[in-house]
Amino acid sequence: MSLALQRSRSPITGRVVRTRRISVRLDGRAIGLSGVLAAAIVAIGCWSISVGDFPIPISEVVRAVFATASDDAEFIVQTLRLPRVLTAIMVGAAFAISGGIFQSLANNPLASPDIVGFNSGAALGAVFMIVLVEGAGSLEVSFGAIVGGVGTAVLVYVFAYKRGVHGYRLILVGIGIGFAVSAVVNYLITRAQIYEAQRAAVWLTGSLNGRGWEHVRPVGFGLLVLVPIAAVLARRLRLLELGPDTAAALGVRVGRARLGLVLVGIALAALATASAGPIAFIALVSPPIARRLVRSPGFTLVPTALVGALLTVTADLVARRIMAPTELPVGIATAVIGAPYLLWLLTREIRTGAM
Amino acid sequence: MNPSDPPRLSGADLRLAYDDRVITDGLSVDIPDGVITAIVGANACGKSTLLRALARLLKPHRGRVLLDGHEIHSIKTKEVARRLGLLPQSPIAPEGITVGDLVARGRSPHQKLLQQWSEADESAVVAALTATNTIELADRAVDELSGGQRQRVWIAMALAQETPILLLDEPTTFLDIAHQIEVLDLVADLNERRAATVVMVLHDLNQACRYAHHVIAMNGGAVAAAGAPHDVITAELVRDVFGLECIVVDDPVSGTPMVVPSARRSQRYGRVRRHAAATS
Repeated sequence: MSLALQRSRSPITGRVVRTRRISVRLDGRAIGLSGVLAAAIVAIGCWSISVGDFPIPISEVVRAVFATASDDAEFIVQTLRLPRVLTAIMVGAAFAISGGIFQSLANNPLASPDIVGFNSGAALGAVFMIVLVEGAGSLEVSFGAIVGGVGTAVLVYVFAYKRGVHGYRLILVGIGIGFAVSAVVNYLITRAQIYEAQRAAVWLTGSLNGRGWEHVRPVGFGLLVLVPIAAVLARRLRLLELGPDTAAALGVRVGRARLGLVLVGIALAALATASAGPIAFIALVSPPIARRLVRSPGFTLVPTALVGALLTVTADLVARRIMAPTELPVGIATAVIGAPYLLWLLTREIRTGAM
Repeated sequence: MNPSDPPRLSGADLRLAYDDRVITDGLSVDIPDGVITAIVGANACGKSTLLRALARLLKPHRGRVLLDGHEIHSIKTKEVARRLGLLPQSPIAPEGITVGDLVARGRSPHQKLLQQWSEADESAVVAALTATNTIELADRAVDELSGGQRQRVWIAMALAQETPILLLDEPTTFLDIAHQIEVLDLVADLNERRAATVVMVLHDLNQACRYAHHVIAMNGGAVAAAGAPHDVITAELVRDVFGLECIVVDDPVSGTPMVVPSARRSQRYGRVRRHAAATS
């Protein structure tokens, strides 16, 4: 079998690896960048594990991850800090992929699950459980979040649907329904006991506090199923970016492809929200950052996921340490990065007359 | 091919509607093979709707579109995409995409998950870029191009698809007259060199007469006339279809029919001429 690695003199960007049966297009920049991002995630992750009330040197962290360190260090790393970091990485990746799918589908940088009402719906479900269902544990709250988020997403989709889904229609309907749902959330909180209200407030900001292996496993399993599906559908997504008619002319079954992508996007957002609450702005900012870094148009799965993971793990480290020993919820840190970006995006859209 | 053979693409007894709004009912068309067909007609007469139905983008409420003897909706989407290409009215170029990468997306119907870029893909893209004279632009971003260049790039994408039939929905809109002619010349070249069947929706009757071998004139969702430009484009037809009084003369360059609107307000033209004379 001959493996020809061609230098691209060809009209397309990237390299082509070709064997007799298989040919794959590789974007060298995306691969290199993904390597750098992955290394940064590992580095920040280890740093995050090593700092805290009980500092553990980095060398000890590495040993503890592979279970050969002292008992104390091993307990803190294995039980407390490692699952938290892993949850942060996976939740960040899930939000980022979800945001990337919605932004490409709607052809609009504002269309991410936090803007189009999904997160408000998840919040309603979770707060409903916290406030109205006595003795609701984290499992019930997660369940409520998924039901609320998916329910709201379906509602938005139904209202926004008119011979296909168009960017601004989806966003405006999403924002509208989001506000209505948030009003109900606020009403529930005014009815709540002080302890419940506090718990709801922490959940609503998005927090990775106290995340253990029971959170890592479902997210990890979910990602194992959803990411390959997203990877397969991403090829169709890149054609849908050319507009529905062009995509159809290029052999995409538009209705089916869109439905599949919406379902994967919602499932990823639901999974992430159920584990860590509606951490703001990761879904919104990660895809455009990845796009700028890779310098490739449209949706690129792996870099987008890695940017989301890196942002979340970094935001969690900052939130934990900035007012130490008080740990802030991660959602506050992501909001500090995300809110200015959203403002910039809105002013740009208004200036270019897109809105 | 025997001229009595049925054409590769045709529509029979079509009822086309968006939701409940019926655009056309009982429409039948044959698209002759290997020549350029122009669909003309007033605004909202159903030209683009017909093209969408022929391209499988719109499912007829009644009747059928036949591609190679089979109902087009019974053929797999990807298989249709290997036989029939379409350039829609307003395709979207993702921000920052290069010309080469955009044209390469035209190869998708020929690709699989693990066969992403064959040598055939490469040569088809190079041929499409060369034919449309856009090969030097391959590394440029599509959003930096002029309107005429961009339209050539989109046509290159449809060409890279290497389909024997190509449908173009108003390929000259938003272009100035020089770029309109450039795009139409390109279409004529393709038809000659590749023997491609081309169907395009056009607004300009004179251009339709010049470039098309076959003209389908539509009026209120029905075919008012179809045939060679000389047989179809008459003063009477233009009055019926567009509600415009005109005379039809021979185009001084190509000899094809040329529509010259009658001077409905002759004093006005006199005034315009006097104004021009006074200011020059």
